[in-house]
Amino acid sequence: MAQPPQSYSLERRDDGAGTTLHLRGAVALRDAPRFVKELRAQLAAASQPCVFDLAELEEIDTAALALLLHEGRRLSPPAELEGASGGVADVLTLYREQPQESLREPPGGQGLLLQVGEVTYGLWERGLQTLTYVGECVAAAGSTIRNPRGVPWRDVVRIMERAGADGLPIVVLISFLIGLIMAFQSAVQLQQFGADIFVADLVGLVVTRELGPLMTAIVVAGRSGAAFSAELGTMTVSEEVDALHTLGLNPYRYLVVPRVLALVLVLPLLTLVADLTGVVGGLITGVGILDLTPRAYLNETRLALEPWDVYSGVLKSVFFAFAVSLIACERGLSTRGGADGVGRSTTSAVVTTLFTLVALDAVFAVLFHLYGV
Amino acid sequence: MGAAITVNELTIGWGDFVLMHEISFEIQQGDVFVILGGSGCGKSTLLRHLIGLEQAKSGTIEIAGLGAPRIGEGAPPYGVMFQSGALFGSMTLAENVGLALRSWTDLDRDAIDAVVRDKLRLVGLDGFEHHLPAEISGGMKKRAGIARALALDSKLLFLDEPSAGLDPISAVELDELLLSLNRNLGVTTVLVTHELESIYKIATRCIMLEKEAKGIIARGNPRELRDTSTDPAVSAFFNRTVRGDA
Repeated sequence: MAQPPQSYSLERRDDGAGTTLHLRGAVALRDAPRFVKELRAQLAAASQPCVFDLAELEEIDTAALALLLHEGRRLSPPAELEGASGGVADVLTLYREQPQESLREPPGGQGLLLQVGEVTYGLWERGLQTLTYVGECVAAAGSTIRNPRGVPWRDVVRIMERAGADGLPIVVLISFLIGLIMAFQSAVQLQQFGADIFVADLVGLVVTRELGPLMTAIVVAGRSGAAFSAELGTMTVSEEVDALHTLGLNPYRYLVVPRVLALVLVLPLLTLVADLTGVVGGLITGVGILDLTPRAYLNETRLALEPWDVYSGVLKSVFFAFAVSLIACERGLSTRGGADGVGRSTTSAVVTTLFTLVALDAVFAVLFHLYGV
Repeated sequence: MGAAITVNELTIGWGDFVLMHEISFEIQQGDVFVILGGSGCGKSTLLRHLIGLEQAKSGTIEIAGLGAPRIGEGAPPYGVMFQSGALFGSMTLAENVGLALRSWTDLDRDAIDAVVRDKLRLVGLDGFEHHLPAEISGGMKKRAGIARALALDSKLLFLDEPSAGLDPISAVELDELLLSLNRNLGVTTVLVTHELESIYKIATRCIMLEKEAKGIIARGNPRELRDTSTDPAVSAFFNRTVRGDA
């Protein structure tokens, strides 16, 4: 891009006792890059103390003046300004009338020890908050059992609809594709041994015991968990949660319990649907690629699966529902700041939930193995 | 009349930071009491402490007949209106206003509907019962927030900047409403506001906070403070001048 013609000039005069930098013409924001570069070059060669002579400066805008003052303050001692008149003096007066704090350099970075201390203290605070949250949730659950009428059941139904019915298409699609892909991948291997029919066993077991509950929980965490966190986070920053307090309504009972109840009721149902569609995905591959008959495939699946395989998946999904809803609500209620805080809470809720789901699944795998089920 | 609220040597802050240091004041029953001060001096924070939403570093707050501020499960002992209205977005205005009535009274649905309509009419929102908060203006949200705060006819009302952002006519109507509640029902009202016209019209007493002083720099009747205060900060605030020009 062609540079505009230079509308100013800088002239340095050293007189042994210091330097005077004469500014002439007009300086504006459009000249800033070149102006700062030239100013720094002149100041690097200047002897101290330094004076900026503005007597012949005809015009300067606030941005250019801010840069001039900034460069002047970096000198030791800071540069003096003199000779300003007319419009330049007015702009200078405008700056000098502002509180000096606003022109100070920003504070420097924190020391390493201080940062470590602050992070440690933050973790301690976070731990205490989590303990308080768990305690409040247990108290709210107790109070709900004693007085179920206090739960906003209309909200429970609304949340069930959003998390369940609205989430059904994506759960069906993903579990169907997982069954399809798994059958396809295993078919390639099992065909080599003439064990095509065992694709049905593999898909049936893996879908019902592991991937059905886990993938469904992950989809629900991404959809509903994120929504819970964003919704409660927005309510927190817009003082709606405080308003609930002042109306004598316990936010844990009013906001957290309905969400936990809704997911605990909906996630096992979604998991059963995912199990079914996963098996259908495998069936399509089995019939389409391996030339198995639908009857043979389904018969093999029935023989491979024990009721416990399905029950264990459903049991896990109940724990997953608790994890998704409780983590999302905690992150939502601990939101601070504005829209940025809501975004951070939502991200944190999804990431923490995904990690927790996988960790929980691993714990269940070990437990089921230890108990031989 | 006795004190409705007594604040004794209250220190507010977080960690090492102190926002207010050992402030003390009393709010008399029947007062329309205004908390004043420049931006960032802690007016809304003080209000949150008076309500019981936050805990002070030290000192006490005593509400007549209640003791320390109490929020939590149970019928709320006072009404609160937040700066933004803080209406629940998934509920209509009628449901917002009726929430406390449904939760803490044995009134049947018809009776609750009648009370809710009355409260909304009181703040000029009759006909908006079935609107969601997202469908009304900011000023209307504030008025709905006031209606919700009035739902249980509490004798103590806390309002955070109720008339900020309202058009002049709505602001005057709101002042009239607060005066009427105060005169006819004896409602003690504590409010944070910057609106000088409103302050002169309705406030019986006020305190003025200052960030630099970390506390109260003036207290009394706002009209008297305007006319008699020699403190440059107080005078500048009440006369809308830059400090030193007064």
